[in-house]
Amino acid sequence: MTAPETARPLTGRARPGRRPHSLAEWQAGGGHAGLARARALTPAEARARVVAAALNGRGGAGVPAGRKWSFLPPPDGGPRHLIVNGDETEPGAFKDRFLMEALPHQLLEGALIAAHATEATDITVLVRDAYRPAIAAIGHAMAELEAAGLAAGIRLHLHPSAGRYIVGEETALIAALEGARPVPRVRPPFPAISGLHGRPTTVNNVETIALLPALFAEGAQWFRALSKTEEGGTKLYAVSGRVHRPGLFERPMGTTPRTLLEAAGGVAGTGTLLAFQPGGGASAFLGPEHLDLPLDFGHCARAGTMLGTGTMIVLDTSACPLGVLRAHLRFYARESCGWCTPCREGLPLAARALDRLEDGGATRADLDLLADIAAEAGPRGRAFCDFMGGAMAPLASALSRFADRFEAHLGGGCPMARAA
Amino acid sequence: MSLEPAPRLDIAARAAALAAQHGSPRAAALALLREIQQAEHFVSDARLAEAATHLGLPPDALDSLASFYSHLFRRPVGRRLILLCDGASCWLAGASAVAAALEARLGLPAGETAPDQSVTWLQSACIGGCDRAPAALVGRNRRLVGPLAPDQLDPLFEGPA
Ligand SMILES: Cc1cc2nc3c(=O)[nH]c(=O)nc-3n(C[C@H](O)[C@H](O)[C@H](O)COP(=O)(O)O)c2cc1C
Ligand code: SF4
Ligand code: FES
Repeated sequence: MTAPETARPLTGRARPGRRPHSLAEWQAGGGHAGLARARALTPAEARARVVAAALNGRGGAGVPAGRKWSFLPPPDGGPRHLIVNGDETEPGAFKDRFLMEALPHQLLEGALIAAHATEATDITVLVRDAYRPAIAAIGHAMAELEAAGLAAGIRLHLHPSAGRYIVGEETALIAALEGARPVPRVRPPFPAISGLHGRPTTVNNVETIALLPALFAEGAQWFRALSKTEEGGTKLYAVSGRVHRPGLFERPMGTTPRTLLEAAGGVAGTGTLLAFQPGGGASAFLGPEHLDLPLDFGHCARAGTMLGTGTMIVLDTSACPLGVLRAHLRFYARESCGWCTPCREGLPLAARALDRLEDGGATRADLDLLADIAAEAGPRGRAFCDFMGGAMAPLASALSRFADRFEAHLGGGCPMARAA
Repeated sequence: MSLEPAPRLDIAARAAALAAQHGSPRAAALALLREIQQAEHFVSDARLAEAATHLGLPPDALDSLASFYSHLFRRPVGRRLILLCDGASCWLAGASAVAAALEARLGLPAGETAPDQSVTWLQSACIGGCDRAPAALVGRNRRLVGPLAPDQLDPLFEGPA
C-alpha cells in the first residue's frame, strides 16, 4: 500500500483543543490495531520491522531505532527498561508537548509496542515539569491501561521532572530516575548494556515512540513510502520565530524549509528570510540558499547542520542573529550541569561577550573569545557530553555566516536596535 | 507574617507510599519533594529534613536534588507564580518588551517576590509554547499563556494561581 502525501499517522487522530482520548475512545477509533499486530510477531520480528521501516529516532541525533534496539543483550530474566524521553526543553521545540497532551494513548500504545520489541519489563515516561497537562494525560492513560489489564504484565511508571534541560540527555535521565543528581555519565557502557539500575535500557524520544502504532498497523513499506527520502515516516516539524502563523506541521520526512515556511504563513517582519535554524537552538544556522534542502537527518548533516528536533527558528532580515544567539547562550549557560570546565566557564563567558556586543562596549577581544570558546566545543569537543557541542553549533555557524554583522556590533552595540 | 505555611502534607505516609511505588526511597526522593512543593508552595529546610528522615536518606541526598532542579523552590514564593519565557522564539516575538512591561507593572525585577507575597516572577527556558510567543507559564499548574504583549499582560493575572 502506498502512503498518500497527506497521510498524518502521527497527529491525524488529535482532537481540537488537544483533548485526549479515553481508552475506550482510542480503541473505538482503531487504536491498538498496531499493538495487536506487533504482539502477533516475535520480538525479533518486531525489531526487524522497525529496521525495514527506516525509522530514525526523533530525539535529535537521528539514531535508527531498530539499530539501537539491536544492541540489547538477550533477556536474562531480570528487569529491562524502556524509557520514553519527554523532557523536551530545547529552545524552539514544542512538538512532544503536543503529542503527550493530545495523544497519550497513542504514545502508550507505541511504548507497549517498543516494550514488546525490546522485551522490556518496565516502561517509564519522563515528562518535564512545565508540561502539567501532559503529565496528567499520561498518568490518566496509564491508569486506564492497567485497569483494563492491557499492559500485559509490563510495569508502567510516570516520572515528572522538575526543570533543567540536561535531564533530557539519556545518561543524565537515567541518573534522574535513580534519584541521583542528573549529571551525564560515561558511555560506554551504553544504556543498552547497563542503564537504569545497571540493567539493559532503551531510551527513545516521544515522537519516535508515537510513530510506532501506525508503523505496525500499516507496515514497514507503507511507513517508508510516507517519506520523500531514505528516512522513513512523517516528521512533526515546527516553525516559530518570525513567521505569520507559527505552528506544528506533520509532513513527509524530507519536506523542505520552503514548504514549511509556506505552511506557517510565510516570513513575517520584512517578509525576507535572513536565516533559520532547522532543528532547535542547538542546530547551526542555514540561509535562503537552503530553502530546498530536504529536511531529514542525513541531508541536514551534509549541509553542516542537524535536523535535531526538526523545529525551525526563523529570522527575517530585521531580526538580529546576535540577539537570537544571546537568548540561546543565556539558556545554555544557565542550563549547563557544571560538571566540566569548558562548558561551565565557557558558556557564561560567551553569554557575557554577546551581552557586550548587543548592549555596547564590545571589542575585538570579544570576537576572539567567542571564536575560542566555539572551537573548544570542537567535533564532540573537550566537554564531557554533547550539551556543549550543541550550545556552540549556532555560535560557530553564526561567526562565519554573519561575520560582517559581528563587526558592526563592535563598540556601539546592536545597530538594528539603534535603528529601531 | 510568617512565611512558612502550615505543613499540609503527611510526609511519613507519602514517603512510605512513594518508596514502595518507585522501588526504593532514593528513586522516590524527587517525587516526594514535588509533592511537598505542590502542597506547600516551596520546600522548606524543615520539610526537607523530615522528608529525608522518613525516606531513611541523609538530608544531603535530597539537597543534592533540590539544589539542582530549577523548579524546586527552597524559599517561599508568592501566591501567584509567573514563569516568563526568555527563549529565542519568544525573544523574536518581543519577549524583552513584555518582560520590561511586567517588571514595570509589578515594580519587581525578575527573580523576586512581591513584599505582600502576592506574586513571584521568573525568567524561564523555552516552555514549549513557541507557537504562542511571547509565552509564559502561570500558577501552580503551569498554565500556558500567550501570546502576550506589553499592553496585554492581564492573562498573567487571571485564572487560578
Ligand atoms: C543536552 C541534551 C538534551 C537532550 N534532551 C532531550 C530531550 O529533551 N528529549 C529527547 O528525546 N532527547 C533528548 N536528548 C537526546 C537523548 O540523549 C537521546 O539521544 C534520545 O532521547 C534518544 O531518542 P531517539 O533515539 O528516539 O531519538 C538530549 C541530548 C542532550 C545531549
Ligand atoms: S558538557 Fe556541560 S552539560 Fe555536559 S557534562 Fe559538561 S558541564 Fe555538564
Ligand atoms: S521560546 Fe518561548 S516558548 Fe519556546
